[in-house]
Amino acid sequence: MADLLLSHWNYFIVVLLMMIGLFIVISSMNLVKKLVGLSIFQTSVFLLYISLGKIESGTAPIIMKSGHDGHGNMDILYSNPLPHVLILTAIVVGVATTALGLALVLRIKASFNSIEEDEILNVKRAINSRSKSS
Amino acid sequence: MIDWMFHLPAIIVVIPLLSAIIVALLPSRIGWICASISSGLSFWAAIVLTAHMLDAGSLMRMSYFLGGWPPPWGIEFSVDHATTLVILVVTGLGFVSTLSSNALLLNDIHSDDRSRFFAAWLLTLGGLLGLVMTADAFNLFVFFEISSLASVTLVAMGSGRDKRALVAAFNYLIIGAIGATFYVIGVGFCYAMTGTLNMVDMANRLPLVTDLVPVYIGLAFMVSGVMVKAAVFPVHFWLPPSYGFAPMAVTSLLAAIATKAALYVLIRIMMTIFGGFPDMPLMIMQWVFIPLALMAILLGTVLAIYEKDAKMMLAQSSVAQIGYIVLGFGVATLAGVQSGFIHIANHAMIKGGMFIGLGGMAIAVAGKTRMTSLAGLGRRMPITSTGFLICGLSLIGVPLTAGFISKFYLVSAIIAAGYWQIAAIVLLSSALSVIYLWRLVETLWFAPADGVETRLPEQAMIYIPLWILAIANIWFGINAGMITGLAKMAATSLFGGMS
Repeated sequence: MADLLLSHWNYFIVVLLMMIGLFIVISSMNLVKKLVGLSIFQTSVFLLYISLGKIESGTAPIIMKSGHDGHGNMDILYSNPLPHVLILTAIVVGVATTALGLALVLRIKASFNSIEEDEILNVKRAINSRSKSS
Repeated sequence: MIDWMFHLPAIIVVIPLLSAIIVALLPSRIGWICASISSGLSFWAAIVLTAHMLDAGSLMRMSYFLGGWPPPWGIEFSVDHATTLVILVVTGLGFVSTLSSNALLLNDIHSDDRSRFFAAWLLTLGGLLGLVMTADAFNLFVFFEISSLASVTLVAMGSGRDKRALVAAFNYLIIGAIGATFYVIGVGFCYAMTGTLNMVDMANRLPLVTDLVPVYIGLAFMVSGVMVKAAVFPVHFWLPPSYGFAPMAVTSLLAAIATKAALYVLIRIMMTIFGGFPDMPLMIMQWVFIPLALMAILLGTVLAIYEKDAKMMLAQSSVAQIGYIVLGFGVATLAGVQSGFIHIANHAMIKGGMFIGLGGMAIAVAGKTRMTSLAGLGRRMPITSTGFLICGLSLIGVPLTAGFISKFYLVSAIIAAGYWQIAAIVLLSSALSVIYLWRLVETLWFAPADGVETRLPEQAMIYIPLWILAIANIWFGINAGMITGLAKMAATSLFGGMS
């Protein structure tokens, strides 16, 4: 178990971050904190992909003209660049999601005068009962 | 094949995406016209593509390499018969609801914001089309997020009428983002085990993997992520508020096509990516899809019966209707998958039409959709309400409508697979859906109107799209061969990937 922990410590961090993020999204009443949790959750997935791309003793995937890595080694082991590219895309998507979420929180604050979910719920209930009586 | 037809898969997706940018820059007056032209062009391209695919035979698969990079290195757009059917539904219904959208919006959105509204509208459409077209598992995630971020914006536009739309949009955003991230985790697991992202390539390599645990974990994550987007019970709870509080035009677009594209992705994952495992996906379909679908059908129908808001009632019934589609897929025989595809097409026409019709009637009462405010409108707006009623009859599956064909194929597929108890539940819920439709009919035609009994003006740009869908519902109910034939080819091409 300890060996597994040491050799795969980044995966354990991924799982830890994932659970922390999901827990914040589910448990937090504050809408901004929900978005923070969502970002942590997404970041954990970025870390998962980056960890997948790393090859032990692999170097940066830049092909040299000379065919060796500058130290005279001819067969060079490269890390996998594809997960990095994918995560670059996923980061952009994550930024867009957070930006849209924050914009919505601003509008919610302006019209409900709160960003706490329970207070918003109270306002919603008031609207519901008003429209029922009318 | 003519040269330019080779580019059709890309053209269909690129038209709405590019014109979204152009529409955002144009003055607001012509935003709707440009959006209509662009979605119309996309629809036309989809028809040409379908005609070409039909000529080419039943196991035809067309692929397009973006940037000229062949798979598995580059991103591939691939078209088989399952793709063409869904593309045809998405572009067709996208076009019809775009036609009606400007009239339905009325006062929902300030006229200066219309160009940006239609930019988000076209992004939703383009994202959904890309979602259906792409054969790259990661590219799929990007299109998922393009369409869902754009549709969250559209839902939030309902805040001009009811500020609860903002909360609905926020929850939709959070739940949608979690669903998409789950999907990405799943793709990560499968990528780690196979080293490829192309769906067909992945399908070929997955059976060679010796350690199956990560593959199954990946499958579970992917399926649960997509189920969130498709609003399958029990992760459907974002759908009724989002549909209920969005502007009416947006509801008609989202209800008709948004969940359909995600459902297509669901069956694509099960049957194309995991086509190499005959046992595990089959087990998931039978032991996960069928029970969840049955609960969705019963819960959605019962909640719709008790709903006091007509728009919310139709949204709840969408949950049940998605259940029927998933049930068809869950049966996992050729006939079952075929019935799922038939209902994808028919439910898009039914719900698209019902929301357009409801919107057309709600305009007369300042956009209110509560049952009490709709009283007597059926008598006062005969053209719109008759079209609405035809779509409604199709929803409960009255013979000679498209809905009947859906139910008939679904029930026969279920009975042929030997689950007669499930067929009984389907028939029971169909009977129950008569109750909520009857409540609508009673309110619209028989309840006394609180004002004078004059006829109200009806807008041509609402009832023409509505009647297009109503006539389509009757046409495909009598002359069902076209949809059932396409759906059969769709199912066959998916099963072809399985062997």
